[in-house]
Amino acid sequence: MPEMTLPQFLLKNAREHPAAPALREKEKGIWQEWSWADYLGHVRAFALGLVSLGFGRDDKLAILSDNRPQVYAAMVAAQVLGGIPVPVFQDAIAREIQYVIDHADATIVFAEDQEQVDKILELKGSLPKVARLIYEDPKGLRHYADPLLMSLEKLEELGRKLDGERPGLFEDLVRSTKSHDVALICYTSGTTGAPKGAMISHANLVSAIQGILEVEHYGRTDQMLAYLPPAWIGDTFWSLAGSLIVGCTVNCPERPETVLENLREIGPHFMIAPPRIWENLVSTVQIKMADASWAKRRLYTWLMPAGEEAARRAMEKQPLSLRLRILRALGEFLVFAPLRDQLGFRRTRYAYTGGAPLGPEIFLFFRSLGINLKQVYGQTEAGGVSCVQRDGDIKLGTVGKPFPNTEVRLTETGEVISRSPCVFVGYYKNPEATIATLRDGWLYSGDAALFDQDGHLIVIDRAKDVTALADSTKFAPQYIENKLKFSPYIKEAVAVGQDRPYVGAMVNIDMENVGKWAERRQIAYTTYTDLAQKPEVYDLIAEEVERVNRDLPDGTRINKYVLLHKELDPDDEEVTRTRKVRRGFVAKKYADIIEALYSEARSVGVTSVITYQDGRQATVRTELAIRRVGAARELAGV
Amino acid sequence: MTSGTTQLEIRGVSKSFGGVQAVSRVSVDVQKGQILSIIGPNGAGKTTLLNCISSVFHPETGTIVLEGQDLTRLSPARVAGRGIARTFQNIALFRGMTVVDNLMLGRHIHMKNGVFRSMLYWGPGRREEVEHRRVVEDIIDFLEIEAIRKRPVGSLPYGLQKRVELGRALALHPKVLLLDEPMGGTNHEEKEDMARFILDVNDEWGTTIILIEHDMGVVMDISQRVIVLDLGEKIAEGTPAEVKAHPQVIKAYLGTKASV
Repeated sequence: MPEMTLPQFLLKNAREHPAAPALREKEKGIWQEWSWADYLGHVRAFALGLVSLGFGRDDKLAILSDNRPQVYAAMVAAQVLGGIPVPVFQDAIAREIQYVIDHADATIVFAEDQEQVDKILELKGSLPKVARLIYEDPKGLRHYADPLLMSLEKLEELGRKLDGERPGLFEDLVRSTKSHDVALICYTSGTTGAPKGAMISHANLVSAIQGILEVEHYGRTDQMLAYLPPAWIGDTFWSLAGSLIVGCTVNCPERPETVLENLREIGPHFMIAPPRIWENLVSTVQIKMADASWAKRRLYTWLMPAGEEAARRAMEKQPLSLRLRILRALGEFLVFAPLRDQLGFRRTRYAYTGGAPLGPEIFLFFRSLGINLKQVYGQTEAGGVSCVQRDGDIKLGTVGKPFPNTEVRLTETGEVISRSPCVFVGYYKNPEATIATLRDGWLYSGDAALFDQDGHLIVIDRAKDVTALADSTKFAPQYIENKLKFSPYIKEAVAVGQDRPYVGAMVNIDMENVGKWAERRQIAYTTYTDLAQKPEVYDLIAEEVERVNRDLPDGTRINKYVLLHKELDPDDEEVTRTRKVRRGFVAKKYADIIEALYSEARSVGVTSVITYQDGRQATVRTELAIRRVGAARELAGV
Repeated sequence: MTSGTTQLEIRGVSKSFGGVQAVSRVSVDVQKGQILSIIGPNGAGKTTLLNCISSVFHPETGTIVLEGQDLTRLSPARVAGRGIARTFQNIALFRGMTVVDNLMLGRHIHMKNGVFRSMLYWGPGRREEVEHRRVVEDIIDFLEIEAIRKRPVGSLPYGLQKRVELGRALALHPKVLLLDEPMGGTNHEEKEDMARFILDVNDEWGTTIILIEHDMGVVMDISQRVIVLDLGEKIAEGTPAEVKAHPQVIKAYLGTKASV
């Protein structure tokens, strides 16, 4: 099996289970199905269409689309020819899209619809290597005359024509794919510098899936929902490689806005979601409960704590008292099972969270409902996922243990390094980065971590971000930030303090939750900036900061904080698309504010340029208050 | 999209309310597949003209002829049956009903089964319902409102209600679509979306579109032809560029200090 390539898995599935569902997409209100035979048919037409366009070995196909069956077909089609698919974040700004497509030397771009086509046509001048732009949805494109454009329909027609002329060509091509061929280039949105293109081979992806199959059980009739950006390795891992290898069904939502509804309709057997989605689900439940009838609310508030207690005890491997058993059984019948059903997790065997740490309350919330939520950990460079919490061995704050086929060690400085057949080939056109990351067959992750006494891995921060105060007390900014972000009122936070006397924090409030909080207290506000600068809001955040400080070692407690006037935004390069803070950039951009955190100043002025909808610009000056923690009450009103 | 054949002829149409002459002797030829905008100051008679076309009012003089058939004296329902659909300045939807149900109502003119046959679950009533639902789902897909299909219209933001109302008019599969301030009261983004949908409708089905709009940017961008009304009279007609340069238009509508 490790010698097989993804196209060969497709051929195998189509031969063994031609009529079984492979991919579904909800369209016009109805789930439309592709069987494995259909999947193969589309890949065949797409691949041979690419042949007619002169696309071949080592050529790159850039993909700019939401999750659609055609996206996965396009990826496999390119692989059939020994070509390489390069999925691009579909909501990235023009400059990032241009960088990735151009750096990857993509000659053909596959775009979902008019919106994506317009982006490429606008960038045409700076994409000299792109020779063709294939689009899927023709809506609004009828009168586009650009010679780059070709519809998917036309491409598949070319492919079918070639198939008629040279029968057997497709099968020959599939047969000649090699497991060490690069199957995918995944651009990682690094927190420093330009994105790097990780080249991942078929063998890497297949080994990574095999790794998870050694510890988890997936079956051919399992359902999953593909709703995360196809440019993220987490989606490719499950929706492309996982589905092809296991033979299970991938379901694509109708629109990005209908994901929660579609989740409920599909009832996936396993599912991966970043913390943001789990957090949203918790608020969905809480809002629904607030609107529920009195009796339901009472049951919920009565039985939920029992569920939490039971889940906590199970994690600590402690026995349950009889009282707890009865309450949990009652809760299962009256609250937990119905809620699971409402959310779409009735059949879910495994629910995963990954990409960033998830708050312990949220983690516990799902586990109390009887949803088997587990932390996973891995790198794009190691095929996506390489550690998972094992069933019956779940511990808060850890990312579990490595797959059996993966060896994980810590360097002397505490950096996670791993060795496995999943470790990638290298970065595309970036040998320096490859040398820095791959040493003697070990993949240097750049993450600082430690093993607990049971062999569970605990990830602390990016290794290079672990830093020290002026008195050489070590601290991990991300660790502090994550603790802050567990507050519903804090959306984003940046902790600073390298070579400084103490830790300072820049905080983004969560507009929605703080806004609601302010409404309940009848605090009037206009904009984000205005709300953030309310003394009452500073008091609210002070409580959250104090709560975080209680868990922090003495020397690394947050001493001063400021509430920022704007949200950190990937479009402004302050955070990556996967919402990781780009520290170097932020430190430079907000140098004045950081300086003020270490002065006696009680406020700091910031100027921001606002662009109105009609293109006019105005410069606005705002004073941001600086607060010392613990001194909140005295300074109220600053 | 202009194919050059006149689809809708408006000939010398006048309408007054009490002593006020709302529309006087207005004539326009609308080509098949054209996007025509009606502009003019408040009270210029724009909505009255639209109401005359859709037979909400019958004009006192003049005729309105669609593809050779005189519509002037028909009831609004019959005008709709002949292929003229419209939206209103202040959204006219059933607020308590869902988006799907509102759109299904837009199909009623094409439903052939009577009350009793429709009440039976099986048979032609059901087949017809499924067929109409398919049309409605095409429109939902087209207008990208899948996420709100089951929501009551009254609970939606204003901009989305406007979009649903366009959908309700489209459900008729009209030959001519009359839009009364489709972008009124919407924000910048919603305006852009609506402009794109109007162009897409025109593009996809070749639907003739007559719209009233105040946002001159939008009017100039999307229309092929513009007519200008002032105090009930047509004072100018032409391409957006011609109209913009027309001295009387500058004086009456754009103000003496032209700054468009």
